[in-house]
Amino acid sequence: MLAEALFFSAVLFTIGVVGVLTRRNAIIVFMCVELMLNAVNLSFVAFSQVYGVAGQVFVFFVMTVAAAEAAVGLAIIIALFRHRQTVNLQNVNLLKG
Amino acid sequence: MLLQEVAGAAHPLSGTIARWMWLLPLLPLLGFVLNGLLSIVSAYHPGTPDPGAEPHDAHRSPEERHEARTGHDATGGVGHSDDHHVVVRHRFAGLTSIIGPGVMVLAFALAAAIFFAMRSAGEAALHAPFIQRYYEWMPVGDLRIDAAFQLDQLSMVMILVITGVGMLIHIFSVGYMQDDPSYPRYFAYLNLFVAFMLVLVMGASYPVMFVGWEGVGLCSYLLIGFWYLDKANADAGKKAFIMNRIGDFGFLIAMFMLFANLGTLEFEGVRAQATTLAPNLVTWICLFFFLGCTGKSAQIPLYTWLPDAMAGPTPVSALIHAATMVTAGVYLIARSSFLFSLSPVASLTVVVIGALTAIFAASIGLKQWDIKKVLAYSTVSQLGYMFIGVGSGAYVSGVFHLVTHAFFKALLFLGSGSVIFAMHRAYHATHNEEDAQDMRNMGGLGRAMPWTFWLMLIATLAITGIFPFAGFFSKDAILGTVFLRARDSTLADAHWLGIPGNVILYACYVIGLAAAFMTAVYMTRMLIYTFLGPNRSGEKEREYLAEAPWVMTGPLVVLGVLSAIGGWLNLPASIPVGRVGLLDRWLEPVVGVAALRVTHGAATEATSTVEYSLIGAAVLIAVAGIVIAWLVLKPDTLVPKREATPEEGFERALVNKYYVDEIYDDAVVQPTVKVSRSLLWEGIDVGLIDTVMVKFFGTWVPSRIGWIGSQLQSGQVGTYAWVLVVGVLLVLGAFTIR
Repeated sequence: MLAEALFFSAVLFTIGVVGVLTRRNAIIVFMCVELMLNAVNLSFVAFSQVYGVAGQVFVFFVMTVAAAEAAVGLAIIIALFRHRQTVNLQNVNLLKG
Repeated sequence: MLLQEVAGAAHPLSGTIARWMWLLPLLPLLGFVLNGLLSIVSAYHPGTPDPGAEPHDAHRSPEERHEARTGHDATGGVGHSDDHHVVVRHRFAGLTSIIGPGVMVLAFALAAAIFFAMRSAGEAALHAPFIQRYYEWMPVGDLRIDAAFQLDQLSMVMILVITGVGMLIHIFSVGYMQDDPSYPRYFAYLNLFVAFMLVLVMGASYPVMFVGWEGVGLCSYLLIGFWYLDKANADAGKKAFIMNRIGDFGFLIAMFMLFANLGTLEFEGVRAQATTLAPNLVTWICLFFFLGCTGKSAQIPLYTWLPDAMAGPTPVSALIHAATMVTAGVYLIARSSFLFSLSPVASLTVVVIGALTAIFAASIGLKQWDIKKVLAYSTVSQLGYMFIGVGSGAYVSGVFHLVTHAFFKALLFLGSGSVIFAMHRAYHATHNEEDAQDMRNMGGLGRAMPWTFWLMLIATLAITGIFPFAGFFSKDAILGTVFLRARDSTLADAHWLGIPGNVILYACYVIGLAAAFMTAVYMTRMLIYTFLGPNRSGEKEREYLAEAPWVMTGPLVVLGVLSAIGGWLNLPASIPVGRVGLLDRWLEPVVGVAALRVTHGAATEATSTVEYSLIGAAVLIAVAGIVIAWLVLKPDTLVPKREATPEEGFERALVNKYYVDEIYDDAVVQPTVKVSRSLLWEGIDVGLIDTVMVKFFGTWVPSRIGWIGSQLQSGQVGTYAWVLVVGVLLVLGAFTIR
């Protein structure tokens, strides 16, 4: 059971990473980050089957942080769109020296 | 209380008032702090000057008054005759006049009390110095230096001279500096000087002594350049400071050598182990120490700063550049007698340098016109005598001459200060721009200021060595000892640069006599030109010439008494007009062993025939000098400075001090400046550092590196994410493979 869960978690995480690296749309990148977080959640739950309930507690923390991050992140994306009329990350390159 | 009396536990002085000896330097230091605060306060909050303080300030133009307030004083200028003496009394003058001399009176009272405690403890009980350790100052590896003071007979003599003469000079300064705009600053510096001087003579180790040594150098610098608005004065201060650094280098090297070979720098530790040093090593250590002495005590080749130091106020010249600081070198040798007595070669060097300086400076003094310059060269010359004394193993005689010289030279300087004060006031009253220090402008002052004249006469007789004044006994003791040491001592057996030691000592005796002759001549000349003959200061000025106030004349009187009877401190056995050899017995525990070592362990007593003829020769020489000066010099034919014609021939060389300053300038200063300018500045700094280092390595290379770095900063979040992932994979991979 653990092995399958971890395998699924790894697949989910990899999908998230590839999504972050390849997609241009900020919303999709953002959703991929959420995917990665949930992949981690899945492995936490899986491990809690073996090592005790602490992993499930962590999942609650991760979900809380993810919710807060989603609020902040979406707000940033909306502000970005209002400013530039785009959410394409290739057009957003202010982050340089 | 930090006091921790280690050696003093069983010392006879530990329970007496001597345990308060740390207060001695602290009192003047307190004066420095208070006066310094007053000075700072008045600098930041200048009050309105008291309009009633100076009646004739009112009829001067505003420009003149402004100039006066910015602080010029003619007595400071070297060859300057700016007579805009500041006449507005400082608003804290009263407070400073109490604090400045007050702490000195307290310090002298304490010193006197400690002296009597030492006396009552008995000479036999005081064979070891009384050492107080306060804290560990420098514990570094094997080096352990304590902040410790030591009290023994030698430091006691010095303390009494410093606080006693210092106190008198502080009191004199109250009158002399009364109208100076920087009155509290002056006393702050003067107090600080006394504090450092006491540290110098009370330190229980060479490093503590060095602290005082440097500290007095600093105060000397500050006080020479006291009227720093005149560039000549500031330059004179700088010159003194730099020349002293050359000597300090020698002091430091000697300390390093001592520590490297003995592992200790405390006087007692070095004294105990001195004989274990190799003879050559001792010679080098002593020579390096003596280099320090030549700087501080103005001996050949580092003497030229002292005459320039006359740019400072006259009481400073009396205290620092005649009575105390410049004798620090003599003190150092007397203190290190356990080293110098082991090295005949180094001792002979001291004697030779002392003798050469004595006659060289005395001959320059023959043709100086500035009254302070005469006394400055006289001081250099007399310091030479002291070095002849301590060099030839007559440590007591050297210290004896130090003490008597402190009396009569302080008197001479303060007397000249009194004269300059009177001249200056007279010129000031008549708005004359003449030089108030030039003897050609004086003459006949004895009628206007009889007290100063008679006291200066006493001092002159003392310095020329006329019986029974102080200088007679001390100078005679030195010359007599040199003669005796030439006959039998370790010095006479040694060779110096291939010349037998006894030849050198006999030659130095003759040179000493010749210098004594010149001393008599130039001192008589000074006296005649200043106080006798017609007055040359001018018709109007003559009416203003008057005796200085009592606050100035009083200390002169005390010093006059001391100059007259100072010889009783150490009467020779041949002239038993009182208790014989007081100072000899007093200093015996400190320098006795070393002095005996020089004389092969025997106390060399001259036969009375030899001794009386030595005394006779010395007195005869002095009298001859006075008589010849009296006969040859005609004050009636002298003309004021502005009408004087320049000297010709050899006299001109004397007036120009043998051109030594010019030679030093050409040989050392200018090459240094040229090398600094053309090689170090234009070559290395501008040529190499500014181009290769700054322009290439400092500007071009970083900008290229920065360009490469900036290309990585694309601003693309995707790229950053790739870099991040690759980095994580690399780190994970590295952990996995390992």
